[in-house]
Amino acid sequence: MIAFEELLGRFVGLDRRELTRWVENRWVLPERRNETWIFREIDVARVELILEVRREFAIDDEALPLFLGLLDQVYDLRRQLGRLCDALAAQPPEIQAAVKKALPRTSNA
Amino acid sequence: MAQTPYEVLGVKPDTSAEEIRTVYRKLAKQYHPDLNPGKPEAEERFKAVSAAYDLLSDPEKRARYDREEIDESGAERPPRSYYRGYAEGAEGRKYQPEGEMDLGDLEDLFAAFGSGGRGRRTRGGEGFKARGGDRLFTLTVDFVEAATGGKQRVSLAPEQWLDVTIPPGITDGQVLRLRGKGGPGLGGGPVGDALIEVHVAPHPLFRRDGDNIQIELPVSLAEAVLGARVTVPTVTGPVTMTIPKGSDTGAQLRLRGKGIQRKKGPGDQYVTLKVVVGPSSDPELAAFLEKWAPRHPFDPRQGIP
Repeated sequence: MIAFEELLGRFVGLDRRELTRWVENRWVLPERRNETWIFREIDVARVELILEVRREFAIDDEALPLFLGLLDQVYDLRRQLGRLCDALAAQPPEIQAAVKKALPRTSNA
Repeated sequence: MAQTPYEVLGVKPDTSAEEIRTVYRKLAKQYHPDLNPGKPEAEERFKAVSAAYDLLSDPEKRARYDREEIDESGAERPPRSYYRGYAEGAEGRKYQPEGEMDLGDLEDLFAAFGSGGRGRRTRGGEGFKARGGDRLFTLTVDFVEAATGGKQRVSLAPEQWLDVTIPPGITDGQVLRLRGKGGPGLGGGPVGDALIEVHVAPHPLFRRDGDNIQIELPVSLAEAVLGARVTVPTVTGPVTMTIPKGSDTGAQLRLRGKGIQRKKGPGDQYVTLKVVVGPSSDPELAAFLEKWAPRHPFDPRQGIP
């Protein structure tokens, strides 16, 4: 967990106004605590990703919400899929076999 | 044999800097690990591409490489934690799009993919029962609340709350399991649990040491020499404490039962004194010491070579 001020110092080219705007736009979701924002590791990694897509991929403020929205959907799906797989793996073999049988093959098989 | 940075980017040694940048940006987009969550090899490619571009985008380094003064590894890069490393874990839930279905609710999942779940589930006869999924949440509590225990509300979904009892003495990262508060079971199976990962925020004054709490308390020269009664903050509220005559910096006083408020016997709070001289320009004190010190020789650095 690191505070707002500390995070500013961690990345070159990250300025206060910009990071404040990202938080206000809810692109990054730090926790509010004693007059500052506290960033967890996931938030720091997300800040670095945003910095990078803006700088290297030339994604601007208009396109960024779209980018992040799609990204969040992909990771949400992967998280849910992971849980589904965990649940399946915990089932007895006959249930696993039944599910496997019921899964349609993809066309190029 | 390692690839040359030119080979990594797939360009010729005489390619212009402008063109190299275009090629790099294209490859970086293609292989960025966060855009390739299921492909570990993408990260390798991305690193290789970044390293190659690092070297070739710097005219000086590129020239030195061309003159064979440095090898292709160029400068070292600090290890980086990619977003995808967190996004798929439980902490990634905070960025879950609003209104998305949750697997805890398989009914919703079947509905979302239009597969008529109910009919298929019962195929092959009765008896398919499954326990509902566990749902994960995170919660941050104050140091004081972690020490004394308390109640918190966790938002499960908009308009849906869960009251969580924080047991006194909870530690950072501890997970609370609330039975029967997770996703619904299938075919009459039991309901899953809610798992709450609790984080304890650090405190500016209190520091935890097992079931005890440590605090450093500044006292004035007069209080240290003459003794005093002072107010000290504790996790259960301020208390009055007596500083004995002639206390020194580092002296430790114990407030019994003012530590972590465990049900079976709370811990103690240890107060370490720190003598603070205060405004050192006080002429009266200086004048006094000038007369007093020569008559009371004392070397606090005795034993230090």
